[in-house]
Amino acid sequence: MQMTRKMKINEAKKYVAEKLEIDVSDLINEEVMRELREKHDIGTIISITGSAKGILAKCNIAKLLDININSVDLFKKKLARHM
Amino acid sequence: MENRVITHMGDGERIYMSREEIAQDILEGTNDAADKGDIPALTPAEREQLLDILCESGRVVSVSPGEEVIVTDDACSLSFYADQENSGIGLPMSRHLALLSWERVCCADTGCMGHVDFSYKPVKSIINYETTEYYSNSQATTFPLFYGAQPNMGLYYKPDGPFENPGELMPAGKIAQAQQVQVDAAQQMKEDIVFIAKKMNEVGCEGLNLDTSGSAGDADFFAALTAVKEIKKNAPNMAVELGAASEFILGMHGDVFFEGERLAGMYPHKQVKMAEKAGADIFGATVNVNTSESTPWNLSRAVTFIKETTRVAKIPVHPNVGMGVCGIPMYEVPPISAVTRASKALVQIGKADGL
Repeated sequence: MQMTRKMKINEAKKYVAEKLEIDVSDLINEEVMRELREKHDIGTIISITGSAKGILAKCNIAKLLDININSVDLFKKKLARHM
Repeated sequence: MENRVITHMGDGERIYMSREEIAQDILEGTNDAADKGDIPALTPAEREQLLDILCESGRVVSVSPGEEVIVTDDACSLSFYADQENSGIGLPMSRHLALLSWERVCCADTGCMGHVDFSYKPVKSIINYETTEYYSNSQATTFPLFYGAQPNMGLYYKPDGPFENPGELMPAGKIAQAQQVQVDAAQQMKEDIVFIAKKMNEVGCEGLNLDTSGSAGDADFFAALTAVKEIKKNAPNMAVELGAASEFILGMHGDVFFEGERLAGMYPHKQVKMAEKAGADIFGATVNVNTSESTPWNLSRAVTFIKETTRVAKIPVHPNVGMGVCGIPMYEVPPISAVTRASKALVQIGKADGL
């Protein structure tokens, strides 16, 4: 959020928490975030076979947070030829 | 050693101070920053808070839950495979694996890759190699990935570059000539940075880091600012982090202006306004460390500058906390007690948005 919207830290946390539909305090709750990471397929710390990593996880993050990520936009542009 | 607190000098030497001595150094440090920057000193309550942080009994200290900030870096993953010159540990490891380890082993918030020389000038001649590797890395990493390097205008002067060296012209009394070569070098450097930025944008670069801007003085900082302005015009979706080289823009030229403001002599709270005008997304503020003063003195001084910088800033501010800046001792292995105290104080009192 700092990179794409120039948000200061507290504003950025509030924005992400709202998108995840959780309290700001839960952004550092390992138990809550572990489940959310798997649910939204945005990458987990412990590797789960078949789960999104890298650019695919970033695609899901961009969609979830409603932001433009340069690498994701390029990836989607190239992928569009096959859609 | 009763009532004695372990702390350090600015050069890393371990020293013992009483709580009263630390309080006195905090007062002197903040007053020094207030005097030099013409900014408010820390309040008595903030000085007391800093005193408590410095006197905490634990070797490693931290912020309270909910006060966490994110970290951006100047290619820290490079430390896996580089040598002492880059604070590296010399592992026989590729840049790709170093980045993935940085993300998944060290659990870093963001990543940054760069040429091992970490200056933009040498990147220009190998740009296709760098864009190819950035592209591969951005496909594999999940965290936001920067490409970073230093503007480093010193590389444009003889014997390393094509321009006459102002460091030799000035002592010879050739002031006007010394000023002109800085203007010429700044123009060339800006063009090189913009060229690299455009190429990086073509491969979907998520963020560009202009690290240590202004290291060769006001013309160097000017080139970085004008480069950022042009980059954001051409690649608005590529984030730009502008990091400063020093707390004070050296007037090596003296008459360089950006958006009507003289750059020479600017402290961080004024530098950040220039970064905003240029269009930067994040500003990396720097406060120098005096190696002959204590960590309490240096940290108090740094927090004073950062507090004012974040107060006036409209963009996120990430104080630089590498060795020798923002209260971190100037030592190859910065003491963890000093590093964590500086981090905590910069966030809690300085209101940093990141480090």
